[in-house]
Amino acid sequence: MDRGMKPDTRELAALASGAKLSRAQIIGLAMALAAALALPWFISDYRTFQFTLAVIYAIAVLGLNILIGYNGQFSLGHGAFYAVGAYTAAILMDPGGVAYYWTIPAAGAVCLVVGFLFGLPALRLEGLYLALATFALSVATPQLLKYDAISKWTGGVQGVAIIKPDPPFGLEISQDRWLYYFSLAVMLLLFVCAWNLLRGRTGRALKAIRDNPIAASAMGVNTALYKSLTFGVSALYTGIAGALGAIAIQFVAPDSFNLFLSISFLVGVVIGGLASIPGAVFGGVVIVFIPNVAEQVSKAAPWAIYGTFLILFMYFMPTGIWGFIRMLYARFARRRRAG
Amino acid sequence: MIHNRLLVAAAAAAFALGAGTAAAAGKYSPGATDKEIKIGHINPYSGPASAYGTIGKAIAAYFKMVNDNGGINGRKIDFISMDDGYSPPKAVEQARKLVEQDQVLLIFQSLGTPSNTAIHKYMNGKKVPQLFVATGASAWGDPKHFPWTMGWQPSYPAEAKIYAHYLLTQKPNAKVAILYQNDDYGKDYLNGFLEGLGAKAKTMVVAKESYEVTDPTVDSQIIKLKDSGADTFFNITTPKFAAQAIRKAYDSGWKPLHFLNNVSQSVGGVLKPAGLDKSVGLITAVYIKESTDPQWKDDADMQAWNTWMDKYLPGADKTSSFYTYGYAVAYTMTEVLKRAGNDLTRANIMKVASHLKDLKVPLLLPGVAVDTSPSDFYPIECEQLAKFDGEKWARFGDVICPKR
Repeated sequence: MDRGMKPDTRELAALASGAKLSRAQIIGLAMALAAALALPWFISDYRTFQFTLAVIYAIAVLGLNILIGYNGQFSLGHGAFYAVGAYTAAILMDPGGVAYYWTIPAAGAVCLVVGFLFGLPALRLEGLYLALATFALSVATPQLLKYDAISKWTGGVQGVAIIKPDPPFGLEISQDRWLYYFSLAVMLLLFVCAWNLLRGRTGRALKAIRDNPIAASAMGVNTALYKSLTFGVSALYTGIAGALGAIAIQFVAPDSFNLFLSISFLVGVVIGGLASIPGAVFGGVVIVFIPNVAEQVSKAAPWAIYGTFLILFMYFMPTGIWGFIRMLYARFARRRRAG
Repeated sequence: MIHNRLLVAAAAAAFALGAGTAAAAGKYSPGATDKEIKIGHINPYSGPASAYGTIGKAIAAYFKMVNDNGGINGRKIDFISMDDGYSPPKAVEQARKLVEQDQVLLIFQSLGTPSNTAIHKYMNGKKVPQLFVATGASAWGDPKHFPWTMGWQPSYPAEAKIYAHYLLTQKPNAKVAILYQNDDYGKDYLNGFLEGLGAKAKTMVVAKESYEVTDPTVDSQIIKLKDSGADTFFNITTPKFAAQAIRKAYDSGWKPLHFLNNVSQSVGGVLKPAGLDKSVGLITAVYIKESTDPQWKDDADMQAWNTWMDKYLPGADKTSSFYTYGYAVAYTMTEVLKRAGNDLTRANIMKVASHLKDLKVPLLLPGVAVDTSPSDFYPIECEQLAKFDGEKWARFGDVICPKR
């Protein structure tokens, strides 16, 4: 197709719905990718480790965003899926002796099933009631993980310690850099998958269910199936993040997966930008770095500072960081057109 | 060898102090210079265990006093304390920040079994001392596999062995019933106790019951233990369950010789809710002086502690045992750094820490000392038994050291 031609209406619609990328978006993506690839060469191993965590949380935030942002189902329990993924990876690696990269699909598969099954009863619950049911899940998680009958595998309170993977092919880079690139690759793959999933029929069905479930089912969308599948996919993303998190931290224990983790994911979704894929990256960065910045500002009351940050974010960027960037870009484009 | 080094160090220190300059050329690992020593610390200032945050404040105040008095061998302590909210992943992040970003010489008093387990491999992989950690689990005294990690307070098994020792000498025909929390903490105590009884464990222990932290009560377990015909009861429970067990054992008319683990010896937090009258006769083990105990009123260490509290922590709650604990453990750290002299390498710090012979630490009970060797990474092992008299714990008998 000739690029210089005036785009037809079909293409315009595709651009508007985000199903196709504009040239500016492709350039932006390429630049972001180049920056992400170059990043670990300019910072210390410790900072690289923090960015690895941000990448991992971004995957979890995207998982939750698919559920909340695109499908309108609330969850305060995604820390539980994160825990399931983390424990799957840890148990496969430590007593199991499985290589770390195989634990990623395994954790994803386990969480897909768990999430789907949890999604079935959740169908009967809407909005706040679903939020409460999932809240119960995340409150129970640390104690369930301590349960004695499974402590042979989970290590009980003591948890499971695992060894950090070395870079493959004799690459001369530090473990932290390797893990960063590995997580980044997994994230990119999952982001492309999510983009593919959400831009077509499926994405429209999910949004239709979110905006008006009755109309959606009248249009022939199988609401029940879609909703529980969305739960499953969402859990899959979070579970994979959990597995990566276990490998990066080298340790899992029940106290790692408390209620606050689930809330952090929600914070990431909202501050990153609801119903936006790139927003998840900002969500991950926020989860890792805002508490640290808060602690630097005030050692005495870091959580008060954290709260202040959240309020400021919500006040100045009500549509999240990604929404804010889009708004700036739109303003800039309009001015250019006007000028 | 050690003596020589100490002598040299002491001479150098004296010279440095006398001359008013700390120009002595020392050997250093990251985190130590002629001017300062960076010490990292991880503590839950927020989250479910934030009550322990007090310990961090106490240690910071102690080091402030050390700095005000000229520091250690002329070097000031830069104490960097981080919050992990009792979350293991956060502890890993903070440990990495302290070691890689802030470049501390060592991490001191990181608190909590989960958090310390999370950073255990990392610290030993990096060969950075993880010194005097604030947990009683037995895992910290494993110099063969983890030569960079050391505990401080008596370990749970060590305490259990003291009760076993008492039984073997005072009541060798006891029939013992045990209630324990079904996790690593409970099993640490249980195994230490059985080990302490040795071959006699089989005949002496007549009943064992466990409970889950999630259980609402331990009433049914107490009934079972009572029905076993036991005349001695070892109560391995955390505060809430300890109070229930004491009350139920009393109300059911069971009058055993009742050992209560150190974890739950708080008078206000456990014995009051259980009923002070029902708690009379309980036996526990203690190793540190209580600031509330009137017998230490004229004790020089306690007076020094009081002066320090008034000057550096005005208005703080003097009845909290965290302040005495923090004072004593910070003293131990300071002493290790003092003895390391001008060789402030990480290897030498561990060497000094593992050669503490009978170190007298203020506020520890008379007869209780810090004692380590390259094969013994359990600094405090001696404790004294104490009986509850309806008001306070009254110590009795000798200080017992299970290893000797």
